[in-house]
Amino acid sequence: MPQTPLHAEHARLGASFTDFGGWDMPVRYSSDLAEHEAVRTNAGLFDISHMAEIFIKGEGSATFLDYALVGQASLIENGKAKYSLICNEDGGIIDDLIVYRLEDDSYLVIANAGNREAVVRALKSRATAVGFNGVEDKSDDFALLAIQGPNATKILQSVTDTDLSTLPYYSIGTGTVSGVEAYLCRTGYTGEDGFEVLFSASDAVKVFNALIQAGAVPCGLASRDTLRLEAGMPLYGHELNLDVNPYEAGFAKVVRLERNDFVGSDALQVLSTKTPSRALVGLVGEGKRAARADYPLYADSESTVQIGTITSGALSPTLGYPVAMGYLEADYSEIGNTVSVDIRGTRLPMTIVKLPFYKRSK
Amino acid sequence: MSNPTNRSYTKEHEWVLVEGDVATIGITAYAAEKLGDVVFVDLPKVGTTTTYMKICGEIESTKSVGELYAPLDGEVVEINDVVVSAPETVNSDPFGEGWLIKVKFTSLPELMTAEEYAALTGEG
Repeated sequence: MPQTPLHAEHARLGASFTDFGGWDMPVRYSSDLAEHEAVRTNAGLFDISHMAEIFIKGEGSATFLDYALVGQASLIENGKAKYSLICNEDGGIIDDLIVYRLEDDSYLVIANAGNREAVVRALKSRATAVGFNGVEDKSDDFALLAIQGPNATKILQSVTDTDLSTLPYYSIGTGTVSGVEAYLCRTGYTGEDGFEVLFSASDAVKVFNALIQAGAVPCGLASRDTLRLEAGMPLYGHELNLDVNPYEAGFAKVVRLERNDFVGSDALQVLSTKTPSRALVGLVGEGKRAARADYPLYADSESTVQIGTITSGALSPTLGYPVAMGYLEADYSEIGNTVSVDIRGTRLPMTIVKLPFYKRSK
Repeated sequence: MSNPTNRSYTKEHEWVLVEGDVATIGITAYAAEKLGDVVFVDLPKVGTTTTYMKICGEIESTKSVGELYAPLDGEVVEINDVVVSAPETVNSDPFGEGWLIKVKFTSLPELMTAEEYAALTGEG
């Protein structure tokens, strides 16, 4: 199983490991809850070097990405980032992505580790279709660290000369971190302020340890999952997959339909005019029992007709009650509606709420 | 954490400490570590009959659900209120304050020794 350049450091720090997207990744160092709390109240450090970095370079980059993705990369200003999706011809989601515009003719696309091959394959075949030749998968060359939490900026600032106040949310700049050339991206997957730092894989240990010494708490993927769930952020393979279209997932705004010449646009035009048959919703429960992925949802405690399925769920470490995301038939998906979840044979009520569950105070 | 030698173990990662005709039951440090932070325990009520290797409770962490298998036939005579109100005790002291239930048993099946259990989990 592939490992990131920091695997030995994680082991040295006492991490337990798990298979994530085909990678042997740290799930926790000591306590999921302590790591979760470190991100909410201080600053956590995640090794996300398993994620894929794909560079789009050369004349026609913007036009190519406009064709390949459902968002409009040509509208992103230099130094800014945008959440986007790559869909197939049917409008099914191949992956969700962050697209950073580095220069007029230079972009960085970050994709999920488990979808690296599918995304690279789709981008390359779409490039061939329009005669573009600038897709480069550089995932193996880079380490990617996320530093997240209310103290993340202060900690990162202590090891970089770049003035981080010049980088607003969803922007990207360059600089050195502990003397290592890096891209500094003000993005994340936790619901907190913070940065994702991309740099040469050969410097991974140096930068990782410098950030820990500066005060960041190493955090595993278990806490990353509960953090993103509280923030209402989807995880590919749970909320998103090839059988889900952007309208069901609540991403109508990500699709720029005013143009009609991108992969999936014909199918998405049709889908956009219909009310989706199901919708991704946020659900909260009572007590301490979490509704987890794949648990079925029913209209009420007596009903045996399934109307939906949980896609992610946990006892929220920050809020103290169960939270979940899931798909519900459109008729049942209204905010405030109460449905029934089957938790290993026990029916418990859950109420539909607006996402996210947690929003940081600014 | 090493497994105390004064008790028996199951392949489902429970420990059993026999005193007279009552067995105290918990999950091992190995199991607690694998689960992650325990946030909820669902234990059988006092008076419930337990059957050897049948599920009698659940231990939930943020990431997963662990099932509690009854290591012997008997009747639940006490549950640990401490772990019900403070589930994290299962992580902090799995072989001590983090015990789960006490069962008055009718027969004692053959269980693993600490050494055999350590071999099973690769700790030995």
